Amino acid sequence: MAELMHEKNDDFEIVGKNVTQMESITRPSLSYWKDAWRRLMLNKIAFASMILIGIYILLAVFVPLFSKYGYADVDSDKMNLFVSSQHWFGTDSIGRDLWVRVWRGARVSLGIGFLSAVLNAVIGSLVGGASGFYGGKTDMIIMRVIDVLYGIPTLIVTILVMVVLGSGINSLIIALVVVGWIGTARFVRGEVMRLKDSDFISAAKILGVKNFQIIVRHILPNVLGLIITNLMMAVPSAIFREAFLSYIGLGIAPPECSWGILAKEGAKMLRVYPYQLFIPAFFICSTMLAMNLFGDGLRDALDPKLRGTE
Amino acid sequence: MAKYILKRVLISVVTLWVLVTVVFILVRCMPGEPFQGEKMTPEIKANLEAYYGFDKSLPEQYIMYIRNLLKGDFGYSMKYLNQSVNKIIAQSFPYSFDLGIRAIVFSVSFGIIFGIIAALNRGKRLDYLCVIIAILGTSIPDFIMGAILQYLFGIRWGLLPVAQYLGFKYTILPSVGVGFYTLAMVSRLMRASMLEVVGQDYIKTARSKGLSKAGIVCRHQIRNAITPVVTVLGPVVASVLCGTFVIESIFAIPGMGKYYVESVQNLDYSLVLGMTVFYGSFLILANLVVDILYGIIDPRIRLQESR
Repeated sequence: MAELMHEKNDDFEIVGKNVTQMESITRPSLSYWKDAWRRLMLNKIAFASMILIGIYILLAVFVPLFSKYGYADVDSDKMNLFVSSQHWFGTDSIGRDLWVRVWRGARVSLGIGFLSAVLNAVIGSLVGGASGFYGGKTDMIIMRVIDVLYGIPTLIVTILVMVVLGSGINSLIIALVVVGWIGTARFVRGEVMRLKDSDFISAAKILGVKNFQIIVRHILPNVLGLIITNLMMAVPSAIFREAFLSYIGLGIAPPECSWGILAKEGAKMLRVYPYQLFIPAFFICSTMLAMNLFGDGLRDALDPKLRGTE
Repeated sequence: MAKYILKRVLISVVTLWVLVTVVFILVRCMPGEPFQGEKMTPEIKANLEAYYGFDKSLPEQYIMYIRNLLKGDFGYSMKYLNQSVNKIIAQSFPYSFDLGIRAIVFSVSFGIIFGIIAALNRGKRLDYLCVIIAILGTSIPDFIMGAILQYLFGIRWGLLPVAQYLGFKYTILPSVGVGFYTLAMVSRLMRASMLEVVGQDYIKTARSKGLSKAGIVCRHQIRNAITPVVTVLGPVVASVLCGTFVIESIFAIPGMGKYYVESVQNLDYSLVLGMTVFYGSFLILANLVVDILYGIIDPRIRLQESR
């Protein structure tokens, strides 16, 4: 045994500490956002959904620009034509080309969806953030107001606002924002209140960091992921609402079109020309599906608790 | 508990008051003279002006309006001669209520069953099937669902009637159309809730006591997993209501939703506003009931609230 140890000792030599190598970081550091992005890319369903939404957005932007038909061009010789090489999605009951109308509608529907979701997120975060951060009387007053507003059925308020403002894209966005920010405000407030009491915020306060700096540097990055997830989830429901309102005759005013309007016009012709409903219906449903799946993927990717688990 | 209920009731009353006041203000914000149009006959106009008291001062008008509402008087339609909004609601509400109840019973019961089946067969084909139904359900708007059902079962296969509301056979398609979204929502929630409960200690205890698998599932797992479903009953009522709007128009059911959509399209402001107040109060009341119910079922909620 002793012999063995003796031989072993000869085989080794003392190299001493290599301080620089010990402390060096071998893997590239990943910021929160890079890591989230990487995990989003690994999620095949979310990735495919993202690609699909991207394609829809590109088509919505470019198809109406370069098509030879206008979205409101009426052609009485070509009514209710089925899908053909001339009219890729056929024509509607007054001879308008559905391929152009679908993408014009996509522009309006997606635009309203994203814009109202972003506005909701901004207003909700500001109100909720202020309420949570300052606390006390401000918080109490804001929360009482929110409690009451939250109780008023969203649908009712949206319809009322639409009735008063009249149909149109602007009034639609206003109607969707009037009540839409409340949900965001509620959860941002909760999140900010939780963060406010955490140790790193206390440390920052003790070190004399100003409130503004604390909000921008410490609280915002921690809430942003949640806000973005929430925003993405709000887009499909805004599209849904827009389609619903247009369907019952309150949303977009003709000749402007949206997916809701197309579905409504298609439903009238359902017995004879079902494709006029099913084509826009397919795009509404696939967008909702892709948005929901992408939102799910984003939520998983941005959730700090799941970081580095796989 | 009393404190919790009192607080909920108070919030609901204030909410209702805000809604009613907003409606009052909005009527006066409407562009031009709100009650104008070729359909307007002098009789209707006289009725409306008497009801809204346009000749009086604003505070007087407001008091009059609130008093009318407290009496349960919603005013007159602009389109139907001498028809009060109350009469229209009284005629059409039973249809909507019937449809709504059927839709809720259908969607909640099937949603719970699907959720349970999915959770018990986790990772297997049945689970995927239920999950796919749930995802599809939340992605298909109800007006499209209604149209697809009508086309396939009514027009294509001729299995079920496509319109009207005359007997059980007539109720199937509309109920499915209204309830499908809710079914998806409930089954998703139920599945998640079931899977969460499976990991709890009391399930382990039950298993170690030697209870049968069926016994554990029925008596412990499902019973505990079902509680969170109650929370979504408020939103369920709201979404079912939203569904009745379009489904009633699609299937030509003479319910409130159909009248509402028609009144919007006819610009029958007084009917829209009267019905809005009615719908609003109904939903606020439904939410109140759900909140109280939830407080009774889950003590943690009322403790959290009273803090």
